[in-house]
Amino acid sequence: MEDSVLQSFQWFWNLFGLWDWVWGWFAPLWPLTWWIIKILAIFVPLLLGVAYLTWLERRVIGFMQVRMGPNRVGWFGLLQPIADGLKLFFKEVILPAKADPWLFFLAPALAMAPAVTVWAVIPFFDGGALADLDAGVLFLLAVTSLGVYGIIIAGWASNSKYPFLGSMRSAAQMVSYEIAMGLALVCVLMVSNSLNLTDIIRAQGQGVFADYGAGFLSWNWLPLLPMFLVYLISGVAEINRAPFDVVEGESEIVAGHMVEYSGMAFAMFFLAEYANMILVSALVSIFFLGGWLSPVGFLPDGVHWLSVKMFFILLCFLWFRATFPRYRYDQIMRLGWKVFVPLCLLWIPVVGVWMMSPFNIWK
Amino acid sequence: MGVRDLIQTFALGELRQGLAVTLRYFFAPKFTVRYPEEKTPASPRFRGLHALRRYPNGEERCIACKLCEAACPAMAITIESAEREDGSRRTSRYDIDLTKCIFCGFCEEACPVDAIVETNVFEYHGETRGDLYYTKQMLLANGDRYEAAIAKARAADAKYR
Repeated sequence: MEDSVLQSFQWFWNLFGLWDWVWGWFAPLWPLTWWIIKILAIFVPLLLGVAYLTWLERRVIGFMQVRMGPNRVGWFGLLQPIADGLKLFFKEVILPAKADPWLFFLAPALAMAPAVTVWAVIPFFDGGALADLDAGVLFLLAVTSLGVYGIIIAGWASNSKYPFLGSMRSAAQMVSYEIAMGLALVCVLMVSNSLNLTDIIRAQGQGVFADYGAGFLSWNWLPLLPMFLVYLISGVAEINRAPFDVVEGESEIVAGHMVEYSGMAFAMFFLAEYANMILVSALVSIFFLGGWLSPVGFLPDGVHWLSVKMFFILLCFLWFRATFPRYRYDQIMRLGWKVFVPLCLLWIPVVGVWMMSPFNIWK
Repeated sequence: MGVRDLIQTFALGELRQGLAVTLRYFFAPKFTVRYPEEKTPASPRFRGLHALRRYPNGEERCIACKLCEAACPAMAITIESAEREDGSRRTSRYDIDLTKCIFCGFCEEACPVDAIVETNVFEYHGETRGDLYYTKQMLLANGDRYEAAIAKARAADAKYR
């Protein structure tokens, strides 16, 4: 792909007969440029996805509440996210008098950075990851764990009671659900025998059903169904979405850690939350729904299948938000520690015994 | 907690029931009225913008009895009367300050000759406060403009009065 991009550049500059001159000083910069192009190719669609996810959320939840949702700005309200973005961009960023100025502005950046960084290891198609790390899952767990710092620091630096309560809640909630998530992943790692995300997807393309052309029955979601549900639900809790949104809990603590933020600083948290939603949908698709793999043998694999799966998971997140009332704080803790963690701990030996038995399907 | 409850819990039974409800409503027809394109039907008793009516021969109905001025709880109506050349009693001034008006409809109720009425027009605006101070000429113009709708609303409501 690098060569074809280079060739198109060459073609463009040759129109003016300047290619040799341009390449003369540009050649040493090319590798850096190529990286930047690749990063932008991930980052720009991600931000567009975030913008239109907000629109989709308002429309879908509106429809489920038997109303229309935003449909005024542009066709079907499609320009609404741009209008919202412009509004936030021109609003003043207010620094509360008693807030810690450094931490106060560090927090939104700390929330945003991990949500974007993780995309480096996500494989969009076979070999289509920015960095095909052998310890990809480890990198992913490490970086997503950093996201909680943004929220805790935001709550602490605001020096105000509701943000503080929100950040305390998020600290407890995100840390406990990370354990359930990690344990659910252990089963996936056991059956795919790798920490490399590309290998995890490839492993899902093999199996009895895949040989008969019904690949979607070979993906991890079916043999590891309980872990799939645990991972999906912990994922919702991890990104602080309804029904696990006690961190924001607008009816109790207004907006949690975001109370004191306005303008672009608030927009950063908002972007981070939605980028995390897209990220978790990508992770569920990769770990349990076969990533870029096609569900049936006669259709080609590719990034479109990953998109379809992510879209479905995202719709589920919106659907959950429209359906379920918010969990009470102690109920969240009980679900995490007394149900999910024991369930995972039980399922790991079950999968282990299964793999040792003659019925092992993951050879 | 029996075995059946346990199975129901882990099969997410009630959650699936809830999801089914929201999914059903997703496809249900929406209640939203898309306002400028669609409007809800208004009652003939709807109390909107004021108007002064005329008789079919073009004579203004108002006889300057000032009952509306007396009935107005917001004191939004100001009337001055004078004798016209033909000797009849008429208003020389009839102003309604719509920034004071509470649209209670008492002026309409008080009027013995059906002169001051409230139409079902609610889409009007003023860019300064002065724009919402309606004088006699403006009110008569409203009456001329909406007479057909006013007469129709009166006729529809007449049998209940």
